[in-house]
Amino acid sequence: MENTERYQLNKQLAQMLKGGVIMDVTTPEQAKIAEAAGACAVMALERIPADIRAAGGVSRMSDPKMIRGIQDAVSIPVMAKCRIGHFVEAQILESIEIDYIDESEVLSPADDVYHINKRNFKVPFVCGAKDLGEALRRINEGASMIRTKGEPGTGDIIQAVRHMRKMNSEIARLTSMREDELFEAAKQLQVPYELVSYVHSNGRLPVVNFAAGGVATPADAALMMQLGAEGVFVGSGIFKSGNPEKRANAIVKSVTNYTDADMIAKLSEDLGEAMVGINEQEISLIMAERGI
Amino acid sequence: MRIGILAVQGAFAEHEKVLEQLNIPYIELRKAEDLDTPYDGLIFPGGESTVQGKLLKELGMFDKIHAQLLDGMPVLATCAGMILLASSLDNDTHHYFGTLPISVKRNAYGRQLGSFHTISECKGLGDIPMTFIRAPYVSSVDDSVDVLSVVDSHIVAVQYENQLAMSFHPELDDDLRIHQRFLELVQNHAS
Repeated sequence: MENTERYQLNKQLAQMLKGGVIMDVTTPEQAKIAEAAGACAVMALERIPADIRAAGGVSRMSDPKMIRGIQDAVSIPVMAKCRIGHFVEAQILESIEIDYIDESEVLSPADDVYHINKRNFKVPFVCGAKDLGEALRRINEGASMIRTKGEPGTGDIIQAVRHMRKMNSEIARLTSMREDELFEAAKQLQVPYELVSYVHSNGRLPVVNFAAGGVATPADAALMMQLGAEGVFVGSGIFKSGNPEKRANAIVKSVTNYTDADMIAKLSEDLGEAMVGINEQEISLIMAERGI
Repeated sequence: MRIGILAVQGAFAEHEKVLEQLNIPYIELRKAEDLDTPYDGLIFPGGESTVQGKLLKELGMFDKIHAQLLDGMPVLATCAGMILLASSLDNDTHHYFGTLPISVKRNAYGRQLGSFHTISECKGLGDIPMTFIRAPYVSSVDDSVDVLSVVDSHIVAVQYENQLAMSFHPELDDDLRIHQRFLELVQNHAS
């Protein structure tokens, strides 16, 4: 029961983040800039995905001391990433009272079979997904928030769009099914019947769903919101751009008024250089393929 | 009767669902032009007060809503919403509407591990479910403020004139009584 109640509270924290922008930050100074620009939470990490991609090698959970520095710098929730399957990194993040753990494909996976049993933790987890099956498998493991995987560190929105559309169409398909077809759907999706049944009845995931991976402009953020995201993660897009503060501000407002093209047009003016970005054909490492 | 729900960030959809159950029309307030549609009461939802406060100001909504509050428009404010109304904040240099004479401590229960659910008494309503998410509490009140609920010796719900504010989230539980109480305020104010 205690666990169930804790899980509810963790899902509810994600509900409070809705309509907001969660920004990647690597220093307390960046965290303060993000908070002042209107971030509803920050993701503390040593290197932003674009730099992880450029540096190569194994990337791991950040130094807890660095994360603490960011926790001390801001009043909004602080998230941090651990490697897929690395439950000890997650234990460490729980011990420093992180507000949300991102079991993330951006870092090098620690386990190529098993994700973390997130039901064993009191702190909430967000996980990436590129389709409905992945999302429901992560939820079954205890994730209380989902985000699209997109393709981190590229500034290219195509994969986040693909993942969101895929999830939406699979949800629509489930809602249109007869009840007696749901057992077979659960088998195909490799998820428990109860979760399939929830999606069938409610037409949505049982947890909040954000967009992530490749958001670089106010228009990108609004695109994901119009496609049904309930909020947006922005990683490399902000602090790899010419004017992080202004761009962060513009993306926040664009998420609030995501259907107002007049406002988004104004917000998109004079933002300085966007992150250069890499097209999906030009990258050799597809992070979204990690952990399915 | 129509309610304006502040919808710049946070859990406004949850309040909308409650109003739908009660058959009360509402509009979302996301930008200055939205304030032109008349409404009889306001709801400030949970979310991040820093984000909501900033957007209220930068999207040109702050002054008009401030005037409406000073004019006595009823408001239901939950969690971050209560921070927007408070006349002072213990641990934050920000200042928003300040129409409710209370001091509020932000993130008073600590980080997410401090979030909790309980059932406790609310004056005039009896026991109600209360969900606290990285919640604030009221550290002190002016004598004119009616304290509605105290949990673990901290004030968590107050009323002052037409302003109803609480550190927990009635919109996250199935109990409709807090919203009904707010709608009575709106009804009385309109008539």
